[in-house]
Amino acid sequence: MKNTKKSPNFFPIQKIRIGSKKKITGDALFRLFITLVMCNIFIILSLMIYKIIDGSRLSIETYGLGFLWGTKWQPFPPIPNIQPSFGALPLIWGTFVTSAIALLLGVPISLGIGLALSEFAPKHFNYVVSFFVELLAAIPSVIYGLWGIFILIPYLQQNVYPIIQKAFGFLPIFQGPIYGPSVLTGGIILAIMIVPTVSAISRDIFSAVPNSQREAIIALGATRWETAKIVMSYGRSGVIGAIILGLGRAVGETMAVTMVIGNSFNMFSSLFEPGYTLSSIIANEFTEASSPPVYISALIEVGLVLFVLALVVNVLARLIIWRSTKIERGAI
Amino acid sequence: MLVYRVKKIGGKKIMNYKNIALIETVALIAVIAGFGWEIYTLNSTIQNLSATVTLSGAGATFPAPLIQKWTEEFYILTDVQVNYNPIGSGGGIQQHTAKTVDFGATDPPMTDSEFAAASGTLHIPVTIGGVVIVYNILGISTELNFTGQVIADIFRLDLTRWNDPRLAALNPGVTLPNQQIVVCHRSDSSGTTAVFTSFLTDENQAWKDNYGASKVISWPGGTLGGSGNPGVAALVQQNQYSIGYVELTYALQNNIPYGKVQNAAGKFVEPSLETLATAAAVSSLSLPQGDQSWASNGNYFNLHRVADSKDGYPITCFSHIIVYKELNVIPGMTKEKATALVKFLWYAVHDGQFYASGLSYVPLPKEVITHNEATIRMITFNGQQIAT
Repeated sequence: MKNTKKSPNFFPIQKIRIGSKKKITGDALFRLFITLVMCNIFIILSLMIYKIIDGSRLSIETYGLGFLWGTKWQPFPPIPNIQPSFGALPLIWGTFVTSAIALLLGVPISLGIGLALSEFAPKHFNYVVSFFVELLAAIPSVIYGLWGIFILIPYLQQNVYPIIQKAFGFLPIFQGPIYGPSVLTGGIILAIMIVPTVSAISRDIFSAVPNSQREAIIALGATRWETAKIVMSYGRSGVIGAIILGLGRAVGETMAVTMVIGNSFNMFSSLFEPGYTLSSIIANEFTEASSPPVYISALIEVGLVLFVLALVVNVLARLIIWRSTKIERGAI
Repeated sequence: MLVYRVKKIGGKKIMNYKNIALIETVALIAVIAGFGWEIYTLNSTIQNLSATVTLSGAGATFPAPLIQKWTEEFYILTDVQVNYNPIGSGGGIQQHTAKTVDFGATDPPMTDSEFAAASGTLHIPVTIGGVVIVYNILGISTELNFTGQVIADIFRLDLTRWNDPRLAALNPGVTLPNQQIVVCHRSDSSGTTAVFTSFLTDENQAWKDNYGASKVISWPGGTLGGSGNPGVAALVQQNQYSIGYVELTYALQNNIPYGKVQNAAGKFVEPSLETLATAAAVSSLSLPQGDQSWASNGNYFNLHRVADSKDGYPITCFSHIIVYKELNVIPGMTKEKATALVKFLWYAVHDGQFYASGLSYVPLPKEVITHNEATIRMITFNGQQIAT
């Protein structure tokens, strides 16, 4: 044991020597750790993609592309010895429509909240509202689902839907008998669920717009609404990113939607009809899917479709952000 | 080896290296000794623990509260720990076939292909389930009469209004509203759906040709699906003029009104613990032997096929525990565990039945218990019979 030079620190430093003469310092260890953590993402993602594709291979081989536009889902056919049939079109349709409703209803509200918090609200009020918005994001989705079943559905069915039908009944999307659990209810609950995400991010984006910009606009004699418009266009790419994040949540959301959408394998034309989404059918049927191996495989392929859908949405978002930042320099 | 840097205060060494080495060695020995003792005592604790036998089972959710009650009482009686994991009938059959549990549980008996995959399986009916028709019609509080034929027509959307003559003929004196029927069903894969649809398959040819009997049905579009019994019950309660089906136990526990269904003898029977037990008792005359396949015609075995059950409720089904006839096929099975398992099964079909009615389950009739005794006597370990 050799005494090394006296440490300049008050506390002595322990140096660890493992095996070789090379000393591994804290920095190197940290670097190694960080690299491993980063690699983890690639490993997990590639494992996931491999398992999903591997699991759905049987179904892809059996049904091919017809899986995407088939409209029949019959794992156990009534007559033995005939192939079970799986088609995911009603699921894709349901996912698409509920997400679209969610964006249509949720985004204007969220942008409004974001603008109000960053531009108009007094500071102390700002804190309170922000707190509640974030609280909304922390509620588990199964709670939203329960609330949907017992409070939202009866209310909408008795008080809101009949009025909508009376006013807009000439549109085919508001015709037919009114069911409580329906595509529209699913969309509404999703809209509520994406509000916290989108409004929190858009608030941050609007707050990041430099004050000099606002001052310049006001100096030119703009009204508050005109100022808000400029602020919004300034943060456009960021807002699009926020919307895409909300869309991601809407597409993948499972429990709350499963509980209120009616779970009916149905190519609906009216929003009052029950429907089904990609993630709901996995939640409903995966637990007991056992006997024909192609059944499990088809459910995994539904997962694959969902995965691809999420990927497309993400790439699209990147492209939009990338394009709009190129056009408008200085945007956030 | 560690390299120490020792702090010097005012140029004076606090401790010299020899002392450090000595202290370190002593501490190391103490720690090792401590660990050794710890491991030694831990080992003996583990050995003590493994002296009590642990059994594992998995399967259907419907009998889970009853089976869990049995495991509690059985532990008090015998010190044998039975862990039951309610993962669903499908999962129960899967784990039983994979031999990862000591016993499985399933509502519908195994199909012929499932039975072939797990050869040497015994079916032991442990309790009885029934599916009841629930509805929500404004202004009607009387029990409506249904036949299998009419129920199937409603659920395949052929009979769509409550005042349809086919329904009115069954319910003389009741004014049924001219309203569209809202059909509610289970959206999750479920034994309840299997029992219900196997009844419809036997009663209605059009149903048999288009939908058949299984845990997941390709329901017609525009019908509502809810998850679990609570999901269907909520749908029915919230939608006016709706109809659905739930387990009797669930309907009883939640005071949900239900209708009467016509049985094979032509009588409209109200579902109750008694009428379910009657159906089960009559059916026991024609139950297959425990080691035979319980699936009939590649379909689920159902009690409603019994024609002479005059007061029995037709949509009735056993819930089964499934075990291997020769227990040494399960990895890790010992004579001790096998004996405990047989004791547990014996307890379940005898003393365990006293807890049934308290939990809104149907106790097994005498005939079925006798049938089960013969089945349990078939169980062997290394070729030796266990129960006597």
